[in-house]
Amino acid sequence: MGSNMAENHPVGFQWVMEARERGARIFHVDPRFTRTSAMATDHIRIRPGSDIAYLGGLINFILEHGREFREYVTAYTNAPVLIGEDFRDTEDLDGLFSGYDAESGTYDPSSWQYAGMEMHGAAGQRESGVSAAHAAGGGGGRLESGEPPEEDPTLEHPRCVFQLLRKHYRRYTPQFVAETCGCSADQFLDHANALCDASGRERTGAFVYSVGWTQHTVGVQYIRAAAIVQLLLGNMGRPGGGILALRGHASIQGSTDIPTLYNLLPGYLPMPHAERYGDLDGYVAANEQPTGWWGNMRAYMVSLLRAYYGQRATADNDWGFGWLPRIDKDDSAYRTTMAMIDGTVKGFIVAGENPAVGNANGRAHRKALASLDWLVVRDLFEIETAAFWYDSPEVAAGEIRPEDIGTEVFLMPAADHTEKDGSFTNTQRLLQWHHAAVQPKGDCRSELWFYYHLGRLVKERLEDSPLQRDEGFRALTWDYPTHGAHEEPSAEAVLAEINGWDLTTGEPLGGFPQLKDDGTTACGCWIYCGVHAEGVNQAARRKPRWEQEHYTALEWGWAWPANRRILYNRASADRDGRPWSDRKRYVWWDADEGRWTGYDVPDFEVSKPPDYRPSEDARAQDAIAGDHPFVMQGDGRGWLFVPQGVVDGPMPTHYEPAESPGPNPLYRQRANPARQDIEHRTNPENPVPDVPGEGPYPHIATTYRLTEHHTAGGMSRTVAVLSELQPEMFCEVSPALAELEGLEHGGWAVVSTSRAEIETRVMVTHRMAPTEIGGRTVHVIGLPYHWGSRGLVTGGSANDLTGIAMDPNVHIQESKALTCAIRPGRLAGGGGRGAA
Amino acid sequence: MTTERADALAAPHGGNCADGWRTYGDDAQERVGFFTDTSICIGCKACEVACKEWNDVPDDGFAFTGQSYDNTGALGANTWRHVAFIEQDRPVRVPDATPPAPHPPGGDTGAADGFRWLMSSDVCKHCTHAACLDVCPTGSLFRTEYGTVVVQEDICNGCGYCVPACPFGVLDRRERPNASVVKPDGRVHKCTLCYDRLKVGEEPACARACPTDSIQFGELDELRRRADRRLEKLRAEGWADAHLYGRDPHDGVGGFGAFFLLLDRPEVYGLPPDPVVATRHLGEMWRWAAAAAGAVVALVAAVFAGGRR
Repeated sequence: MGSNMAENHPVGFQWVMEARERGARIFHVDPRFTRTSAMATDHIRIRPGSDIAYLGGLINFILEHGREFREYVTAYTNAPVLIGEDFRDTEDLDGLFSGYDAESGTYDPSSWQYAGMEMHGAAGQRESGVSAAHAAGGGGGRLESGEPPEEDPTLEHPRCVFQLLRKHYRRYTPQFVAETCGCSADQFLDHANALCDASGRERTGAFVYSVGWTQHTVGVQYIRAAAIVQLLLGNMGRPGGGILALRGHASIQGSTDIPTLYNLLPGYLPMPHAERYGDLDGYVAANEQPTGWWGNMRAYMVSLLRAYYGQRATADNDWGFGWLPRIDKDDSAYRTTMAMIDGTVKGFIVAGENPAVGNANGRAHRKALASLDWLVVRDLFEIETAAFWYDSPEVAAGEIRPEDIGTEVFLMPAADHTEKDGSFTNTQRLLQWHHAAVQPKGDCRSELWFYYHLGRLVKERLEDSPLQRDEGFRALTWDYPTHGAHEEPSAEAVLAEINGWDLTTGEPLGGFPQLKDDGTTACGCWIYCGVHAEGVNQAARRKPRWEQEHYTALEWGWAWPANRRILYNRASADRDGRPWSDRKRYVWWDADEGRWTGYDVPDFEVSKPPDYRPSEDARAQDAIAGDHPFVMQGDGRGWLFVPQGVVDGPMPTHYEPAESPGPNPLYRQRANPARQDIEHRTNPENPVPDVPGEGPYPHIATTYRLTEHHTAGGMSRTVAVLSELQPEMFCEVSPALAELEGLEHGGWAVVSTSRAEIETRVMVTHRMAPTEIGGRTVHVIGLPYHWGSRGLVTGGSANDLTGIAMDPNVHIQESKALTCAIRPGRLAGGGGRGAA
Repeated sequence: MTTERADALAAPHGGNCADGWRTYGDDAQERVGFFTDTSICIGCKACEVACKEWNDVPDDGFAFTGQSYDNTGALGANTWRHVAFIEQDRPVRVPDATPPAPHPPGGDTGAADGFRWLMSSDVCKHCTHAACLDVCPTGSLFRTEYGTVVVQEDICNGCGYCVPACPFGVLDRRERPNASVVKPDGRVHKCTLCYDRLKVGEEPACARACPTDSIQFGELDELRRRADRRLEKLRAEGWADAHLYGRDPHDGVGGFGAFFLLLDRPEVYGLPPDPVVATRHLGEMWRWAAAAAGAVVALVAAVFAGGRR
């Protein structure tokens, strides 16, 4: 669901094909019939933006028919835990959970907590600086031991999570699913039965998703809904199970692990806030979780500071914590775009991205670029983001003139992955090293080269700076060895720093349990600790699977953390540590040896027996009992109900997209009440009709990618043999919509939203079909987003049409479900037109 | 000697393959080819791109065809692998097929009559009896020691005789202007089955790039055995229309070196249902021509003989 794996991950899809050949049923639940649907055994067409209704239907089906894996659910999830008496469900408040503040549009999660306590999310306060209302700080009650205070193992108590789930999803019947999603109840039931049949002791089932789930105003909740299904069915931490997130392109996983995000430090440590925490103690107190592996946050942080600042970080100066940059508000990507338009952001460095085409509301982005003082673009080609000032729909339409744009643009030629050493981290958290095959041509240089030398030059300039703000920069260790005529820094030296050292012996660390908070270890990213164990680049290992003992192939590359291939794999054994079944044996307790063993690196302390019970004063991982596999959580359980850490509700709820074709069939509350809208003249929203399929923007649009192109086109519209395969922007419409709007196959159409309008070729195909919402027919238009004004093949950019309405947890735009209008014909002058 | 080799040598007509092969003597290799199994083709076109990258084949122009996701149209001088996309308002599974299919793909879309999207990567067939070879006056087209058919671009004079001779429309002169730097040259270009890669023990680029092994490269005998097993499995699973195309050594071209498993009739994919080597009747024609010439000579002689009277 939410993935077109055959088209966007064709290499990985070979394994889905192999599963099909071995008799697995492959369900593709998707608004479009894609190349994935063609290969699947079953395609179930649902309306864009209705996935939680569908997944909620699965949850309801499991609970109403007793199909949950009861033993797993009772022991390994928080199903038995009682929630506080103050909690109110959306069923009580017509679409809102308790704690909603209408003025700020945010939730205070204090009423969602376990009865008798207040709990921290698994990884601290992510949104530090954004929503102070629910930042618990150090003041609230904590989970003082690994066990929640009140539980009902019979799962009968009306306030236990299991019963709250039942109540929350009771109305998600097959009929509701059919009416909301537009599929048939029979199709849904066939899928639900097949999924349940493929789960349990003997079998496991997996979900695959991609940006079809994330690019929604409730994107995080989509994935949460799948997590509930998989926990209820016992499909987490077991071979053949899980929720597989296919990433948008190579090493996007790596760029969140060692983040390019404004609010994270390496290893998902929260970026410190400007005022809130004070010193390191305050930061740790506010973000650490006393129980579970996050209980060692201070060790992770001090080791990071020792990697950043080396000998300059000492106990006396709080390990340099004060030198770290701070955030004081939401500075996510789209907020920054608006700040550029409004003149508060003056300069911008873009690398590996083409926001003028790839980000929602392309016109706003180009306007933002035109408002800058300076812009640096590092890319393989002169992409639209670099050429916006003379080659854009706005320039073509005469709306703006190049001579009126004051932005100074620096285009820096980049080296590609074949021209540099480095690692890719894939969706399985697997690091695979690549070596430079050829030298970059001309002035092309690697990112590593660029940032290393940039940092070196800045440090030189600040060498004698008396300013306090420059102290941190001056204190940075910046001494990577270089080689060759270009003085290319050693990528492996960077990897070694990420892995870290024992500073007392100088030896490379073997894994994150060795990290200390006393300054005797340095580690650039705690979850990657071990990738350079024994001084060997573990990510460069390439021993084929058929030369290894087990199919897990642990000597191919290196997976974080600790080279584990499946997270939480303690759950592949029962409470007593025995495999759930011989067929699904993976990691188990060897009582004779007194240790966990199996085909993978156990995700558990290897000598902690299944019957281990923590003492009252145990902390960190020692507070987690021997039969609780989810070791990153404070209670060691998989969370069906999330008391804290997700800002828009403890349980996923069907909300309509920000731009929906009509009202919410469940509640008066139409869309996610905590979603983030950017109210700005460049970002108008389409009006939402009272009756589905009416109004100025009656149709649903969804954007996507094609196999033949790469994201915003910078690496494919520039290549002739790729460009010819999909040479022009086109929209995909059903024969019914073509007839309704007078569209001709192969002809031209103009697609419009309140942001802009673009012209496209028309492909009329039975692969598209209208959807039914409450008895009304609503049409769906498919829009690939690869084209822009540059390259060998050009065309209208679908992201000129999309608006910026965001998920509140991760600030991702809703580009998979919006509304639009379409008419036959072309735009005068061929360019795009739009708002402000 | 393999069955395949024996078939070729004992060819009932033409015998190009056999002739070409014999000249290699001890250097002749096992005949190799492709088995393209379209039941697992995901339409990614990696074969088209890998082929062009390896063989330095230019683009074929940037034109939106509207033919589903196919924008390169057909095999030609600038497209040596071509993926066809066929959208059909019918399910893959035939409801009354026996035994019932467990779960063939391309499932229901909710429409009562079902829907499927066929994808198939086409390529030069490397025929056992290749008319293109017969008609080539320069010797540019030749049979390699692997039993494949290759054009030597430096010898081709662009006469174009091979173009109508090919029953599949594979042979084509590069004369269309295109956006790349390669100029139109008028010569014929086609799949070489990556002759240069075979020489160094590598499989052809398209097969190498295919993520699902829809394109399988190997010794033809082995590929045929594999294809037979595959067909048997699919039939058992209810893929009623699945069949092998070009696998039969007794068809009109003596079997393909690159053959296919198709899910519908060949015409649906734009392939001829019963291809015949264009030079199949060449010998017969020459015999008739000789007979006719003999008759004319006899007649003329008779006239002169009569005239003396």
